[in-house]
Amino acid sequence: MAEAKAKDVLFQPIFNNNPIALQILGICSALAITTTMQTTITMCLAVIFVLTLSNFFISVIRSIVPANIRIIVQMTIITSLVILVDQLLQAFAYEISRQLSVFVGLIITNCIILGRAEAFAMNNPPFLSAVDGFGNALGYSIVLLFVGANRELFGSGSLMGVEILTPVTEGGWYYTNGLMLLPPSAFILIGGFIWLLRVWKSEQVEEEPFKIAPNTRTSEAF
Amino acid sequence: MTQDKESIANTLRVAFMVCLVCAVVVSASAVGLRPLQLDNFMEYRQINVLQAAGLYEPGMNVRQAFEGVERRFVDIETGEYVEQPDDYDQRRAARDPELSRPVSPDPASIRRQARVAEVFLARDDDGEVRRIILPVHGYGLWSTMYGFLALEPDANTIAGIGFFEHGETPGLGGEIDNPRWQENWQGKKLFDEDGEVALRVVKGSVGEGTPDADYRVDGLSGATLTANGVNNLVRFWMGEMGFRPYLERARAEYGGGDALDNGAF
Repeated sequence: MAEAKAKDVLFQPIFNNNPIALQILGICSALAITTTMQTTITMCLAVIFVLTLSNFFISVIRSIVPANIRIIVQMTIITSLVILVDQLLQAFAYEISRQLSVFVGLIITNCIILGRAEAFAMNNPPFLSAVDGFGNALGYSIVLLFVGANRELFGSGSLMGVEILTPVTEGGWYYTNGLMLLPPSAFILIGGFIWLLRVWKSEQVEEEPFKIAPNTRTSEAF
Repeated sequence: MTQDKESIANTLRVAFMVCLVCAVVVSASAVGLRPLQLDNFMEYRQINVLQAAGLYEPGMNVRQAFEGVERRFVDIETGEYVEQPDDYDQRRAARDPELSRPVSPDPASIRRQARVAEVFLARDDDGEVRRIILPVHGYGLWSTMYGFLALEPDANTIAGIGFFEHGETPGLGGEIDNPRWQENWQGKKLFDEDGEVALRVVKGSVGEGTPDADYRVDGLSGATLTANGVNNLVRFWMGEMGFRPYLERARAEYGGGDALDNGAF
């Protein structure tokens, strides 16, 4: 039973209960750092690290944390982990940390992380919580990678810095799509991702909050 | 245990323990990784100095290459060399009222300027100065752009330009990082015959027939405001408020005595 549940906890958030596509959480970072694959992958790894460990540690101490300071305790743990990631990046991947700049720090405000801490880690044992964090971070990463791959390919004509569509500025044929390099394109791509996902898994389509009544005919109005 | 959990004593205990553990982790990582981070930062700046001077090749030993580069300090007003401690930070000095002065007029929108600026002199094997590399910065469209401008020993011909920190739109203004665009700068002249800063980034491309082609650099499509920012910072830093006094001295010292050749000074 426990094993089957761990598997569910790991794989559910990837497509069935994706934090970005279904819960619509954590979109802000998806806009900011997805212009190239390299920064996207670094961001994904950072979020996987932070979310897995924050869920784990919060779950470890969940039974002794008083309810009235639990959010502060969660934030303190998350913040410490994010600072740790930031320091590690500055020490070992300086170039990438420059590109990500403030957005590493902004992982703290990524609602997925506090959301999982509060919704899952406070009520479940440490191992399962870590798996849940890992699974949710993977779900987040899938969307980010999709957005990042599209933006880099159509915006700069390359993937992982390797030229695929040679842009005109480099003497090729491809006119780069400037929109892809600007944040709004990530909205469009996330929208497209959600659309494709809901075509595939139609049970995710939300019920319409209200129905549009048929138009009143002029003859009925009098 | 459950009743105990909500007590004030437990609240304080948990808060204290969490803070203690987190503080230790954070400060240990910050202190432990500091030397590595400083190394990274120094190397990053060195790479940028070399890049602007056109001396950088990917994969080279930066430290070794940088041994031929001398870091000096210049009093902006007089243009004379002054002594400063090794850890002098020009950017911090610009914020210190003691060490800086307000800028007016301020085309580059930098507000304050350090009184002492650092310059880099790249020497060849015979000890002759080959490149004068000057730090420049100014406001573009979104952000302050920090870069280096490298000059030939005549203190008039541009050897290269590079920006190591900016927040311009990737793909538009961010193209100031594009080596193809930076190549455009090479061989251009800063000062016209009247000694005015004549160099400008223009709209469109510069060809053989362009008037004053020596003083014109290709524009960046979709980045007029960033290009204006680049123009402003070049005009400011090469002007009287910037490195102009120093450049006159440098030209006399390193330029081989042809200081009055084209009447630039």
